[in-house]
Parts: sequence; C-alpha cells; structure tokens
Amino acid sequence: MGCSSSSSKDKRSETMLKATLIIQNWYRGNRARLKARQQYALAIFRSIEYADEQGQMQLSSFFSFMLENYAHVHQDDPKLVNRLVKIQHDIKNSRDLVDLIVVPDSYDGPRLQFPLTFTDIVSLVEAFKQQQILHAHYVLEVLIETKRVLMQMPNITHVKTSPSKEITICGDLHGKLDDLCLIFYKNGLPSENNPYVFNGDFVDRGKNSIEILMILFVSFLVFPEDLHLNRGNHEDFMMNLRYGFTKEILHKYKLHGKRILQILEELYTWLPIGTIIDDEVLVIHGGISESTDLNLLHRLERNKMRSVLIPPMKDSGEYATDLKQNKVGETVTAPGRIKPNESPSEDLSVCEWKQVIDILWSDPRSKKGCYPNTCRGGGCYFGPDVTARILSRHQLKMLIRSHECKPEGYEICHDGKVVTVFSASNYYEEGSNRGAYIKLSSGMNPQFFQYQVTKATCLKPFYKRVNTLEMSAIKILKERIIARKSDLICAFQLEDKKNSGQISVSQWAFCMESILRLNLPWRSLSLHLVDIDRDGKVDYMSSFHDIHIEKPVKEVHSALIETLYRYRSDLETVFNIIDSDHSGLISMEEFRAMWKLFRSHYSVPIEDSQVDYLANAMDVNKDGSIDFNEFLKAFHVVHRYEKLKKDVNFG
Amino acid sequence: MAEEKEREELAAAEFHKKIKEAFEVFDHESNNTVDVREIGTIIRSLGCCPSEGELHDLIAEVEEEEPTGYIRFEKFLPVMTQVLLERKYRPIPEDVLLRAFEVLDSAKHGFLTKEELIKYMTEEGEPFSQEEMEEMLSAAIDPESNSIHYKDYITMMAIDEN
Repeated sequence: MGCSSSSSKDKRSETMLKATLIIQNWYRGNRARLKARQQYALAIFRSIEYADEQGQMQLSSFFSFMLENYAHVHQDDPKLVNRLVKIQHDIKNSRDLVDLIVVPDSYDGPRLQFPLTFTDIVSLVEAFKQQQILHAHYVLEVLIETKRVLMQMPNITHVKTSPSKEITICGDLHGKLDDLCLIFYKNGLPSENNPYVFNGDFVDRGKNSIEILMILFVSFLVFPEDLHLNRGNHEDFMMNLRYGFTKEILHKYKLHGKRILQILEELYTWLPIGTIIDDEVLVIHGGISESTDLNLLHRLERNKMRSVLIPPMKDSGEYATDLKQNKVGETVTAPGRIKPNESPSEDLSVCEWKQVIDILWSDPRSKKGCYPNTCRGGGCYFGPDVTARILSRHQLKMLIRSHECKPEGYEICHDGKVVTVFSASNYYEEGSNRGAYIKLSSGMNPQFFQYQVTKATCLKPFYKRVNTLEMSAIKILKERIIARKSDLICAFQLEDKKNSGQISVSQWAFCMESILRLNLPWRSLSLHLVDIDRDGKVDYMSSFHDIHIEKPVKEVHSALIETLYRYRSDLETVFNIIDSDHSGLISMEEFRAMWKLFRSHYSVPIEDSQVDYLANAMDVNKDGSIDFNEFLKAFHVVHRYEKLKKDVNFG
Repeated sequence: MAEEKEREELAAAEFHKKIKEAFEVFDHESNNTVDVREIGTIIRSLGCCPSEGELHDLIAEVEEEEPTGYIRFEKFLPVMTQVLLERKYRPIPEDVLLRAFEVLDSAKHGFLTKEELIKYMTEEGEPFSQEEMEEMLSAAIDPESNSIHYKDYITMMAIDEN
C-alpha cells in the first residue's frame, strides 16, 4: 500500500516535472522570438534613418551643382545664389525688433526676467510640462542674448571636475521634452554644483525642440561656466528643414517664426564643437577621423560652418565633393587655404570644413582604419586603432560621443576608450530603446544612468511592446517599398522567367536588397511583406498590396507620382531654400528651373512637360505660384488598414 | 539517392542564408561574431526549441576552445545547419502545451493562481530567473482575478506568433 501510493506520487511528480519543463521551454522559445522580432524592427529603423541621412548629404552635391548651373540659367534672378553663397546680413537691429514685439497682458505663459536667474529655469520647465508656449518676444530675447554670449566661447571648452563637483553628460535629445524632464528629475536642475554637458542634436524629430532649446539656453545664460553645449549635426538650418524643427517653429510661431529661424541659423554656428574634461576626456557629438587635429579645431573660425550641406566654394569651380573620394586609409593633408594670398574668405578652407564634418558625423566601428561613412554620406567610420592614435596624440584617455541610438542608452567600445551616450528614449517608437546619461568626476570611473519614458503607469507586457515597434517599422519599410515600385517590378520580372507572377523567396530577397539598398534580413521579414504559398513561392506583386500612393491628379502617370513621392524630402528641402522668406510659395518659373536641375542631377527619367502639367494642375489659384507644402502633401501614402479604420469610423 | 542528396544540398543552401540573416541582426559590430548570450535567442528565432540543457550543449559545440564570450559565424553555421536539416528541437504543439498547464492545474479550475505558477516555474524543472518570471506574469496574468487563464493566454500568444 505504502509502495503503490508513493510510486503513484512519484509518477505524479514526474508528470508535473515534465509539464513544467514543457511550459518553461515554450516560454523561452516564445520570448526569444519576440526578442528577435524586436531586433529586426530596430534594424529596419536604423537602416532607414541612415539611408535618409545619406540622401540628405547627397543634396550637398546637388547644391554645388545648382550653384554652378543656376547662375548661368538665371542671371537676373540671383536670389537663390545669394541665399546659398552670401552670409546672412548681420541682424544688428534685432534688439530693436524684439522691443517692438509686445507681450500682451492676456498672455498667460511663462514670463522671463532679464538678467535671468535660476527661477526662470524652474518656471520654464514647469510651464513647458503643462504644454505652454513661450512668447516669441522672450524666445527672441533669449536667442539674441545666447548668441552674444556664445560668441565669446572658444571652439572647445576646457572643464575641470572634482569629487564634490561631478559633471553630467547627456546625448541626443531630439526634441523629446519628457526625457529632459526625466533627467532633471533624477539628476537635478543645472547649477554651479551640478554642471552639465549637452552633446548636440537638441532638435528635430521630437515635437518640443524649441522648448528644449529654451531650457538649455536659459540655463546656459544663468550658468555659462557650468552648462556646456556642443553642436550636433542637427544644429544646422538645412537639417532642420528636412527633419521637422523648421516646421515646428513656423507652426508654433506663425507671426515671428521667420525671424526666430533667421537668428537660430546664425546662433548654431556659434555653438562650440567640443568639450574637454580634466584634460582627459573629449566630448564631441559624432566622432573622429584619421586626420582629426584638435589644434586646428581649436583655431578655426567655427561660425563659418553654416551647414553640412553648403561646402566651401572653390575658386576653380571644382566642387567640394572630391572630399568624398577620400580613399581608405588616406590622410587628408590639404594646406590651410587653397590660395594663401586670397582676400579673407567667408568660408572655412576645405580641410577645416572636413575636420568639422568628421567631428559631427563620424561613427566608431570595430574594423580597424578609417573609411568614408557610406551609410550616412558624411564623416567616417573610425576603428580602435584610430581612436588609440588620436587620443594618445592629444594626451587624452577617453572619447564620449553621441549621434547613434543605442538600445540601452549607452554603449562602450574600442576597449573602453569610446563611449556613446544617447538620451532620447523611445527614439524610433515607444519601447525601442532606453536613454542614458553619464556622471564623471576626476579620479573616478564614469557612472551610467538609464531611464525610459513611458506613458502608462506600468510597462506594457513585452509582446505588446514588440508588436507596436514591429508594426511601426513595417509601416515605414512599406513606404520605402512603394516609393520604388516601378524599379522593383522590373527586377521581379527579370527573375520571373516563366512570367508566372511568382518567384522564390531567395530571388525576392535578392531584388529587395539590390533595389532598396537596405541591409536587412529580408527572408525573415518576408512574412510581413509578401504572400508566400505553401511551396515557398512568393507572389511578388503582393509586395504592393497594402499600400498605395494617393494620386493628386488623375491623369498623371503613376511613375511620376512615385518619383515625386520618393524625392519629396529632398524637394522639400530645396523648396525651403528657394523660399527664403518662408512664405510657403514659390513661383512657377522657379519651380520649373529647379525641377530641371534636380532632374538632370539625379537622373530622373521624367519629362519636364509631365511635371509642368502637374504643377499647373495644382496651381489652383492660377496666380503663377505654388504652395509647395500643399504640393508635397498631395504625395502621401495610404496604408490599407488605416483606410479601413477610417471607413469603419465614418461608415 | 542522388536526387535526395541534391535536395538536401539545396535545403542546406537555403538554411545557410536564413541562418546568416538571423546571425547578422545580432552581429552589432558587423564582424561575424555575436555575444554568446544571444546565441539562445538566435537559435530559437530560427524556430527551434532546445531546452536550457540542450542549449548549453550546443553552445559548447560552437564556442572557441578558450571561450572568448563571442561566437564566430564560421563555427555556428555548420552546427546550426545540421540542427535545421535534422529538424531537431521541434517546437511544442499547442495541444501538448495546453495539457501541460492542465496537469499543473490539479484542481481543474481552468486557471492557475499567481502563487501556483510562480512556485512551479521558479522551483522546478529548469527554473525561471526573477526577470523571466516577472515578464511571464506581466503578459499572462488577469489583473482582476490575479490568476492565469492559461487557455486564453496560450491562444493569445499563438495568434501573436502568426
């Protein structure tokens, strides 16, 4: 009796053990697949982000091309040439202008009192948390005063810490106010005993770029010795045109936005490019290259670096694009100026300009040596050997940089010599990554602090977060796919020898990779993007099923629509440049001339007459000018599931 | 026989590409290595379900003689290809999983209490870490009753996977 009951107990516990093992095994498999899906989604975001930046950099060569040709074509319309070549006339009467802008009594937003004090910092942070908007009068006052003080700062600030005075280093914020508030909540507001370095990219992408700037600039004006700002690649008026900050300003400040943008454009050029802490740690936004020379960087006139997209003009008419032909490992040793007895130039020399680009755009990689950063189109990839050499050459121990989103908010590489810190959590999408900041003091190891902003009071379960992330990533990937529909169909049909409408997954993956030039795990993603039958054959036209580009005018060719959709970010940037007074309108003639140049430089196979027809059709007023925001908005994409949702709501 | 061998070669070639893709997503440095702690994730993302013990053995196969903390692709590829060709570590069918939960649910309630689940998962078999336990609970638990309605939970996860 005893025997049989204990053996049945044994049997029971053996069954329970087996059951437990089954559940644990299943859970771990499930969890791992979620983790992999999360990585795939992040890979999609990252590769599209860098491809976009590369596209932006390519505009640089287009502008050089434009300058070369536009001047010939439009000798009596030098507006564009002036815009790009001449420096903004000094806004000497801006002080008077600010006084003319009256803050009404009815304004219930934050009010600043000059000279600024700690109270102003606090009141700004509180006000912005409640989504208030700072009046343009104060914005302009802060900008003008900030520019004045920044002009007195060196290119690279030297800072000392002590055990009682640690310094905090933050990375990219990209307009995410919640993250800045979270940092201040955890780490305290800036003060003499709580110094900060903000390492660039304060603006673009997020929706509170101006608020972040205001908090940072006001803090800087109150504590100029303890709040350090480094320029990032997004502190650049041309980047702002494409990545959202210009729009944010014009939307929040309808009356005075243009003025704000003008002052900001110049202010950016006065931001220091780096900080050195305790003569040991170099803090810069992007990275370094084989030829990085801190002495040169200390000396150059940083305010001549207007934009990464406006390379210095060369006398002989050559473009600065030969910079990009810098071969692997070759050091750029151009002399300081091209012609030493030139009259003082408004530009940096080519060599100086490249040095700044490297600082703002480069990324560390594990491969040795220094290579052009082909992903982004600017700066380099630098290896651990480059780091070791440059650091030792300048007697430094560590490089802290930002510029790249890291899942944990920070990452250490190059044997601990390079640290990336990124402070915008949920950068790509809710749940995509944490943010971090670093605390340093002399003689102690750096300390890392992580955080993640979340809307809910508690974190959603992992599978839900992965779902959100994945859906978002697939959505933007599909937008890239539809933008290359014609080229993709050609490629598919080339593989489809039997004209069956089907190809193998392998062939499909090959076509996607070669046309879209995004290094992604296409096979693993195929399930989300195409229909695959049981024999593993892909119905390739299903790549385009869930999404289409809205046609603004019926009679226009799909290929034209697709092309304009594909280049719309570039076109937007170019339009905004031409529209120097930010009116939102350009003339038909300007549009035609610009389009001609664009088409020939980018080798777009669209006839001018087609574009003409389209532009005319969209000039509703028939007054000879195009509202280009309307023009560009017309080329939007409709996702099928969104359309269904709309029908349900209004059905 | 020759035909079968050819089919196997084709299958292996296809597996190679799949394995390479899955590996590259975790190869953050783009130098054909991944952190050994990610190997389990990679293997499972390819559809296999080894137990912790089996995973441990697999890692031993692909590690360097002197473990570096990194696994090289050249070592991983042949081992993983073989695993896929032999269809090893097949995932658990949904009905088997359901029955496993039912076994633990000795009172046949249709649900497990939070305490019961924690006890089994963290004390028996290949125990969960605290992080794993918290994560499973966050998805599985019904906040109102503080219990796990396992049939619904399994169904939800299965839909999500597909």
